[in-house]
Amino acid sequence: MTTAVDTENPDAAEQAAASPVPAAEDWRGVAAEDTEEVSAKGGVFLRARSRRLLGALIRPHRRAMLFATVLIIVVTGFEMCAPYLVSVGIDDGMPAVKHGDWTPIVLAAAGIGGSALLGSLLRLKFLTLAGRIGQDMLLALRRRVFQQFQALPIAFHEKYTSGRVISRLTNDLDALNDLINSSLDGLISALLNIVVIGTLLAVIDPMLSVIVLVCLPALGGLLVWYTKGSRVAYRQQRAAVAACIVQFVETLNGIRAVQSFRREVRNRDIFSKLNQDYVDANAKSMMMFGWFIPGIVAVGAIATASVLVFGGFQVMDGSLQVGLLTAYILYMRKFFDPMQDLAVFYTSYQSAAAALEKLSGVLEERPEVPEPTEPRELPEPVRGQITFEGVRFSYPKRDKDEAERVILPGLELEIPAGQTVALVGATGAGKSTLARLMCRFYDPIQGAVRLDGIDLRELRDRDLRKGVIMVTQENFLFSGSVADNIRFGRPEATDEQVEQAARAIGAHEFIARLPEGYQTDVKKRGGRLSAGQRQLVAFARAFLADPAVLILDEATSSLDVPSERLVQRALRTILADRTALIIAHRLSTVEIADRVLVMESGRIVEDGEPEALISAEVATGDAPSRFAALHEAWRESLV
Amino acid sequence: MPSPLPPGSSPVPSPPKPTGQFASLWRLRRYAQPYRGKLVVMFAVALASTLIGVAVPLLTSTVINGPLRTGDRDALWLLGLYALLFGLAEAVLILTRRLTLASSVLGIERDIRDDLYEHLQHLDVGFHDSWQSGQLVSRMTSDISSIRRFFGFALIFLVVNSITFVSVGVLLIAIDPLLGGIVVLFGVPLSIVVFRYEKVYRRNIRAVQDQQGEVATDVEESALGIRAIKSFGRRDLFFSRYDDKAVHLRTLQLRQIRTLAQIWAWIIAQPQTVLALLTLFGVAATASGKLSLGTLVAFVALYQMLIWPIESSGWLLAASQEANTAAERIFEVLDTQPTIVEPDAVRPSTGAGRLEFENVGFSYPGSDELLLTGINLVIEPGETLAVVGPTGCGKTTLTSLVPRLYDVTEGRVLLDGVDVRELSLADLRTRVACAFEDPTLFSASVRENLALGRPDADEEQVAEALRVAQAQYVHDLPWGLDTRVGEQGMSLSGGQRQRLALARAVLGRPTMLVLDDPLSALDIHTEGLVEQALRSVLSETTGLVVAHRPSTVLLADRVAVLGPAPGGGTTVVAEGTHHELLETNAVYRDLLSQSSELAELADLTDLAEEAVR
Repeated sequence: MTTAVDTENPDAAEQAAASPVPAAEDWRGVAAEDTEEVSAKGGVFLRARSRRLLGALIRPHRRAMLFATVLIIVVTGFEMCAPYLVSVGIDDGMPAVKHGDWTPIVLAAAGIGGSALLGSLLRLKFLTLAGRIGQDMLLALRRRVFQQFQALPIAFHEKYTSGRVISRLTNDLDALNDLINSSLDGLISALLNIVVIGTLLAVIDPMLSVIVLVCLPALGGLLVWYTKGSRVAYRQQRAAVAACIVQFVETLNGIRAVQSFRREVRNRDIFSKLNQDYVDANAKSMMMFGWFIPGIVAVGAIATASVLVFGGFQVMDGSLQVGLLTAYILYMRKFFDPMQDLAVFYTSYQSAAAALEKLSGVLEERPEVPEPTEPRELPEPVRGQITFEGVRFSYPKRDKDEAERVILPGLELEIPAGQTVALVGATGAGKSTLARLMCRFYDPIQGAVRLDGIDLRELRDRDLRKGVIMVTQENFLFSGSVADNIRFGRPEATDEQVEQAARAIGAHEFIARLPEGYQTDVKKRGGRLSAGQRQLVAFARAFLADPAVLILDEATSSLDVPSERLVQRALRTILADRTALIIAHRLSTVEIADRVLVMESGRIVEDGEPEALISAEVATGDAPSRFAALHEAWRESLV
Repeated sequence: MPSPLPPGSSPVPSPPKPTGQFASLWRLRRYAQPYRGKLVVMFAVALASTLIGVAVPLLTSTVINGPLRTGDRDALWLLGLYALLFGLAEAVLILTRRLTLASSVLGIERDIRDDLYEHLQHLDVGFHDSWQSGQLVSRMTSDISSIRRFFGFALIFLVVNSITFVSVGVLLIAIDPLLGGIVVLFGVPLSIVVFRYEKVYRRNIRAVQDQQGEVATDVEESALGIRAIKSFGRRDLFFSRYDDKAVHLRTLQLRQIRTLAQIWAWIIAQPQTVLALLTLFGVAATASGKLSLGTLVAFVALYQMLIWPIESSGWLLAASQEANTAAERIFEVLDTQPTIVEPDAVRPSTGAGRLEFENVGFSYPGSDELLLTGINLVIEPGETLAVVGPTGCGKTTLTSLVPRLYDVTEGRVLLDGVDVRELSLADLRTRVACAFEDPTLFSASVRENLALGRPDADEEQVAEALRVAQAQYVHDLPWGLDTRVGEQGMSLSGGQRQRLALARAVLGRPTMLVLDDPLSALDIHTEGLVEQALRSVLSETTGLVVAHRPSTVLLADRVAVLGPAPGGGTTVVAEGTHHELLETNAVYRDLLSQSSELAELADLTDLAEEAVR
């Protein structure tokens, strides 16, 4: 229930989130993101950016949409003649039949049958046309959003998190799909029915239509009450089902921890509470609907009874024909029924509108690491000289009150082509940041990073990626075979080249032992690789890509000692003619470096050949150099 | 999904051994049991409002045949009043049904979901290894929803509509056999057509859902692998892969839309056609005096009452079939019996924590190759044993046998002389605490994550655990111990998560600690601090530690080296202290000694390859 209050008033929610002492019994804990997506709520009106997006999506289909609109009007017309034709049949056809003239009744019957046939064929046409327009728009949107996410920089993804990217491209697009598929057609038909039948009623008998007119405010009131209430109920429902699913999935994925820490009972309590919340939220929206429908029926009943009585009087007075009264009552039913469709439509409209707000928000996001407008070409072949020129860098603030966290205050560094550099230092010294700037995951705030003398900001993404490649400790394997994953480094590589790359870094042995060798699917049972094996595949991938500059950020952390040793040996050959930057906690890697940089709070405090640094103590007679101390600690850890 | 049963089988399930098309739905009756009163109310109310729906057209005909002909204004007022009352009564009945619906079917839904969750929690790790959580989520959400829709709508309206169809049909035939006959005769083919199309439609939907899953997989990979994609500049490759699937999805969705459009075309065309025939023959009959005008009007109105039962029967049957498939999928899970269960006769577990592996062999379910074989190990109370071996040899699996995440295939694991399978699970898992290679954090507060197994832990114990694991950083998080971590909260680094998981394990000083490479993600400085603190904990606790690094091995008093057994599988190939093994065992030396002499690499590599093999 509290979520609803929070979402209604984002400011209050923010205050609640920022309050220093949250309720201790709240197992869920506090997080800053709780309030973030709330601003994208499903109201009646869309924001300007969503309207722009919608306009852009509609533009290519304007003609088809016009045609579809005409179709549906015609269809509605055909579908609505029936009661009128029945009344004609009764009022005109019957007296004629009594006189032996069958023409009017046969015409009326043929009219009903014909309009049925035409109406249903045209509706078939309309539904497929509308479906095609909708699906084309959806496909266009899918493409745009996917491309946009791929274009946005790592900085964006780190802030936005993969979970939300996935949910934008799946749930939100599905919500739009639902609206397009089912409800939009219902809305158009419902609105048309209400308008056309309303007009028809007025034409048939203006006097009786006064009764219907009197009902309109009541219907409108009901509709407003329902849309308002269901908006709240809908939001609660969404929050409740999301909480349920998170709990469910996390329990399943963490089943080892759940069982070994005997978490089952507490989990059951938590889940049944969440489940109950979900049921309550559902019940609330069902109740809303439960009151809304009978409300419409009751208004309809009053109107029908009134029409029956007053229309009856008119028939007695001879101012109305019986057939017309019958038709009138039949039409009235069709006038009230679509109100329910409006309510149903509104429900899916809400989730679609919220989805659209979020998607348009993503599409308006400007890449912080933009492509150059006038790109410069890299010399062929890339030599691999890296220069940091007065580089200052701080990460984007998470919120506006946060102090700037400067990671690199002003870095000057020159790495000649072909040199292997080891970068060491404590956690938070700025080692990974330096690596990320080198492959332009971020841009510096001041200064420039250059490859072969060209500012990275002036290079096309495609060109830069050919020259600089980073391997980290997170080694994501894509679905597909082991070979596919290695070939990711160079899509045109042959099977032999893939195997060569694997052999070069010592991954061939374990791959050959997999159930289907290089063709083993890495996501299927039996193909699941250990962290170390994944790392080896990532190495092979990078090796196959053959970049001029290779960055290894903690890339050997998951390997066991024998594998690491194999990789070290392979690196000796691989790195011989390349520029390389190696970041590692374990200093074994340093042994293959030509040069060691020690970083501390974003500055390079020691720089030199490894042997020289280790023996620095001897040379200066002072305290041992930082590197020598680190080296000593590491050697001790090896025992 | 087509029913796996032959079409000839009985659609009506028989209680003792249901084998019909709706067998799984029938099995759900125990969930409906507590709400049967409400279901009966819903059924009665639905029937009553249908009857009232019949009454209103009859009333119209009475008006036309009665007062309108006689000019009796008072009678018209009275009939108008009846019409109003009937209409309002219908509204009240609908309200009653809707409100009862909310309080009953949602209860059924909740109960099934609770049961499913509870059952899944108790299914063993082997089950969870072979089921993706996504598949189980769809059972928990969409399958349960379709069961809810069955109980709330399909079930009730199948019955009510059948009754309506039969009673109104009989009524129409009684009023006029010819016209009534037309209505009933034409109704049957529509039901069949809708039912047929509806099945095609379900298949279309299933295809769309599968393809949506394919697209979602691509989306997931593009999001999770964004660093790799960016590093290698593989945007175009990924987009074209995604685009192919998205285009195919569009095709499938258009197919689904077309089928639906065809269903609609039938549903619209049929009743209108019948109406045309009714008008023709009805007027003829009225003109020849066989039928009164009022009766004809009533007939037409009554006929409109039949349209919904006829066209909905196809939908309802299809929805029932869908619900049955959903029920099957749910029972597929509920019928799976956990293989790791409480013993019949629980033996009390007391003692200082002596762990013994007695001739233990293990193979994963569904595989007949032994992964572990002939393992014999003893860890005395207070002693710590490190397990060392090449990647993939089964070290982690060995540790999983202690808290019974898996059960041994051969031999026994004994805790203080008692087979772990004879201890109560709660008891065993209270005494044994684990920290896994992959530190699982839940989307909950730090405190909740920490006190996972010991919700009653006091502040002092929490502080001690945090100190041992060097996880005091949690105090610096924005909301301290109340900060939410995990997927839905603050993201922590690998090292931070590992320390939190370690703190969780040592919290409350368990009798026995099982640690799987607990320091792998820590930097050298932190590793040293954790080691020191952990050593003091392990001095009083029996410990089993999987180690990849010499520094971790040093936590232990003794080391067991795992290696290939002569007949296949992994077994203990050497045991001793770290230093003994370094001196005497070449395999061990190769596994752990990180020689800085690159010259040695060549011959060591040969040994490594041998060890791996």
